[in-house]
Amino acid sequence: ALGASSDASPYSADLETTALEDISSYNNFYEFGTGKTDPAKHAHQLTIDPWSVEIGGMVDRPGTYGLEDILGKVTLEERIYRFRCVETWSMVVPWVGFELNQLLSLAGVQGAAKYVAFETLYRPDEMPGQKTVSLEWPYREGLRLDEAMHPLTILATGIYDDPMPKQNGAPLRLVVPWKYGYKSIKSIVRVTLTDKEPQTTWNMLQPSEYGFYSNVNPQVSHPRWSQAYEKPIGGGLFAKRQETLMFNGYEEEVARLYDGMDLVVNH
Amino acid sequence: MSLVDRINAAARKMPVWGLYVVGALWPAWLFYLAASGGMGAEPVKALEHELGRLALKALILGLCVTPLRAMIGLNLIRFRRAIGVLTFYFVSVHLLVWLVLDVQILSEIWKDILKRPYITIGMAAFLLMVPLAITSNNWSVRKLGPRWRKLHRLVYPIAILGGVHFVMIGKTWEKDALVYLAIILALLAWRVIQTAKKRKSREQGARVARRSVS
Repeated sequence: ALGASSDASPYSADLETTALEDISSYNNFYEFGTGKTDPAKHAHQLTIDPWSVEIGGMVDRPGTYGLEDILGKVTLEERIYRFRCVETWSMVVPWVGFELNQLLSLAGVQGAAKYVAFETLYRPDEMPGQKTVSLEWPYREGLRLDEAMHPLTILATGIYDDPMPKQNGAPLRLVVPWKYGYKSIKSIVRVTLTDKEPQTTWNMLQPSEYGFYSNVNPQVSHPRWSQAYEKPIGGGLFAKRQETLMFNGYEEEVARLYDGMDLVVNH
Repeated sequence: MSLVDRINAAARKMPVWGLYVVGALWPAWLFYLAASGGMGAEPVKALEHELGRLALKALILGLCVTPLRAMIGLNLIRFRRAIGVLTFYFVSVHLLVWLVLDVQILSEIWKDILKRPYITIGMAAFLLMVPLAITSNNWSVRKLGPRWRKLHRLVYPIAILGGVHFVMIGKTWEKDALVYLAIILALLAWRVIQTAKKRKSREQGARVARRSVS
């Protein structure tokens, strides 16, 4: 079920991909600890079968959707995307997944809905980081509806034609390639359509550092560090820094979503 | 012979240069680990952070010398200068890794130092350490006299700046960094209490002296 169709998607970037070893060993997934290697160490405890997603709020067909049922109704494909962490490191990841808009049409979005809210599994027995107060659990993220419907926005179930490693957010995670990595919420169990801007975890912790939009923007610094450059993971001790691209290189596809918006205020 | 006596006896026989050799090679070992894939997918940050933690550990060890002597009679004073000089060396390598391997771009380095408070604080701590490193020799101790002791009290603000620098890097309140800062603050609080006690007993002594004179 995880195999991607052979035709390359026009949304896939023609870039050299980061090694799976690096993608699956250097992670931020605070549910398993705040260290970069904690997720790879602890995520094996997570049970991902069975898995279901509760879709609710302003939808015509609310309910609990089993992951197998969802995967039977969507088209999986490979998407090679740039991935830029707010901490200034970056990767190129060959995701396997399907467009979020396919899931949303399964549930039937109502006309008044303006935002999509997401929640990660809360299961402290299997996610030791949730026994600490590093963040407010469960992890929450959100998108404006037009961002969520954009064909670049996917729900990923695998990497390199393999099932998603647990430390990368198995079995189902969001990927929004033009936003900082923490927007791409992992191990999703709840999707809610709403007409109000949803609360998001990092924004709740420190709004001056983590805005609701969190679009990759080399001109807007994180208050504690510049976002002008990034370090590609996998280049070793002497890897050169690279300039960070506006919207992480997806300016042509997504800039119009923010026409007329002040991207400093709405960072 | 008690355990402390035995450690003291062993420490008297240990050459100080041995500590310098181990300390000098430690960052080289870390560098080798980082270069050979032993520090994970992002070796630059790993090496930088490991060196920073090493410097803080050495700094804390140096701050432990006096309380250990006062509380349990453990005498490591012979090694204190070496510990201090090595701390400066670890911080210097930490700074070099940040400059050359991490930030890389000269204009960005300058901007970071001016605009990013945790880096400003780290740089301030480094600059304050320079006069201490320069005067860590017998000639300076003789030449400066009592002023040498005063100058080297700079290590207290340096320790606070170092601990705060570590705490400020975290995206959340990192337990690791908070533990370092707490240990530093505890070691400094011990000194504040000792000074207050000494002052009190001096004042009491003076009162007793005055009374016996009258």
